[in-house]
Amino acid sequence: MSFADRYTLAYRAYPYEKSADQESAQPVRHRVVVVGGGPVGLALALDLGLKGVPVLVLDDHEGIGMGSRAICFAKRPLEILDRLGCGEPVVEKGVVWNLGKVFHRDGLVYEFNLLPEEGHKFPAFINLQQPYFEKFILDRIRELQPQGLPVEIRGKNRVDAVEQRGDHVALTVMTPDGPYALEADWLLACDGAASPLRTMLGLGFEGEVFKDSFLIADVRMKADFPTERWFWFDPPSGAGASQLLHKQPDDVWRIDFQIGWDVDRKEELKEENVRRRVRNMLGEEVEFDLVWSSIYTFQCRRMSKFWHDRVIFAGDAAHQVSPFGARGANSGLQDTDNLAWKLKLILDGKAPVDLLASYDWERIHGAKENILNSTRSTDFITPKSEISQIFRNAVLDLAAEHDFARPLVNSGRLSVPCTYDGSPLNSPDALPEGPARSRPGSPCADAPLGDGFLLARLGDVSDARFQILAIDAPVPDDSFSAHGIDCPVLKLSAEGNELLRERYLGGQPGAVYLLRPDQHVAGRWPNWQPEAVAAALARAIALEV
Amino acid sequence: MAKLDTSRNLARPDDLYARLIQAHEGKTKAQSDALNARLILLLMNHIGDEAVIAEALRLAEGAG
Repeated sequence: MSFADRYTLAYRAYPYEKSADQESAQPVRHRVVVVGGGPVGLALALDLGLKGVPVLVLDDHEGIGMGSRAICFAKRPLEILDRLGCGEPVVEKGVVWNLGKVFHRDGLVYEFNLLPEEGHKFPAFINLQQPYFEKFILDRIRELQPQGLPVEIRGKNRVDAVEQRGDHVALTVMTPDGPYALEADWLLACDGAASPLRTMLGLGFEGEVFKDSFLIADVRMKADFPTERWFWFDPPSGAGASQLLHKQPDDVWRIDFQIGWDVDRKEELKEENVRRRVRNMLGEEVEFDLVWSSIYTFQCRRMSKFWHDRVIFAGDAAHQVSPFGARGANSGLQDTDNLAWKLKLILDGKAPVDLLASYDWERIHGAKENILNSTRSTDFITPKSEISQIFRNAVLDLAAEHDFARPLVNSGRLSVPCTYDGSPLNSPDALPEGPARSRPGSPCADAPLGDGFLLARLGDVSDARFQILAIDAPVPDDSFSAHGIDCPVLKLSAEGNELLRERYLGGQPGAVYLLRPDQHVAGRWPNWQPEAVAAALARAIALEV
Repeated sequence: MAKLDTSRNLARPDDLYARLIQAHEGKTKAQSDALNARLILLLMNHIGDEAVIAEALRLAEGAG
């Protein structure tokens, strides 16, 4: 049978090989099967593999797809990748940017600086073509496999049927050699926005489709445009209703043209037509090579639940947002970070299966936040009514002269990590006057620590490791155990470390934090209270006590 | 929390009303719409209080 690719590959990384499972008389049972070899599937496989969980990744292609696609990676996903051992190469290759300019017609409205906060290992944002991002994760998997990382990737293995069977899932997998049957205790669906698994299971994906489309052109040029994000509303080139210029590595610039809903995609994608738009924007004299182009429409939608018995959805398969704000791949990485430790504890019998309800709660909370923000950006960039357009232009007119209007300009609210306020895993905040940014549910903010940084010291990824952080608060031992969970205690002083004080103590002389394996705060207290910590730990793993 | 003031608050109502209308004189519909939008945004920022603005929106919607 034919097994045609749906897209062109940037790297052929895992060519199809026949597996022994295909010859087996009985379907072979795997603990965890990940479907999809994109950034979310690979990061999840790597994270679980590091925790000693055997993972089989099935991808219907043999490597990494072409095209820059998600180009903007935020601090939190970089921190997550750093823990998995591949954050640094991503940042080294990426382009760090802080300055943005907003134009309306032919005038500069204003410029902004992301003003990165000091004392973090990672920058607020980097730009990097998605294939590189995926390749760095894959390289890390390849590096660790010889040392025993229990991750296997099978290319040209396409799931054609799936069936929930109580305590496992049965799969039919198509290969160039025909189909074979597999079973999985847990199936992790990371198969993208069009998720075939979602369709096979008959699950909905509700939300809003925006009546507009964008033409992306990646162009290589030796131009001296600065490393800034330039966004035009109603650009003078007339090349689209809005336009975005963003620098990527390798002298490649990403240009997005908003071209409307009723377009002839085939016609627009013809090389001469793409080149004409780019020339109109850059000017006749600028020489460039066209690297890649594509047209996308955008949606804001999500599943009503991500956890369905033995199938768990993550990334775009579970939720999709418009690209404004870089909330797609960035939120997908936060899904994997949230899910891996929970699944590990469940597989080890240390937490009840119901802990997954908190994955639903927390990541649906995240998806709602992302959808809200990106819907608002979309409404500003592509106003849906005449009056909406009038107000949008009024904001832009005022913003050129008056500072107050600038916060109203919305060309994308850039991804920030999600705080799980109200999560069932949180314990009530017991640190009066503690910094709001470190309240229960928050992701830990980085801080300098000697020659290094705080986050690298909080919970190693080789297990689902809870961590106790004691700052200027005496704790008798170096570890604490409750409910079968061992938590190392990290004892620090904020003496002479004002950033640590500001981020974790606020007005308090000392504090004790219980941190989850994904570095979110589970609870905090002004001093060592072992009973309270044990109770918070039980709550954070969904134990009934 | 501040409340929307709907009592008589303008010392010279006729003058201000005339200025509002005058500002629109000689303008096309599109120019007038743009002016109104800018004016609303300026006043909204000056008021600042979300509850007051929400109350004003509620009253304005009801009066239509």
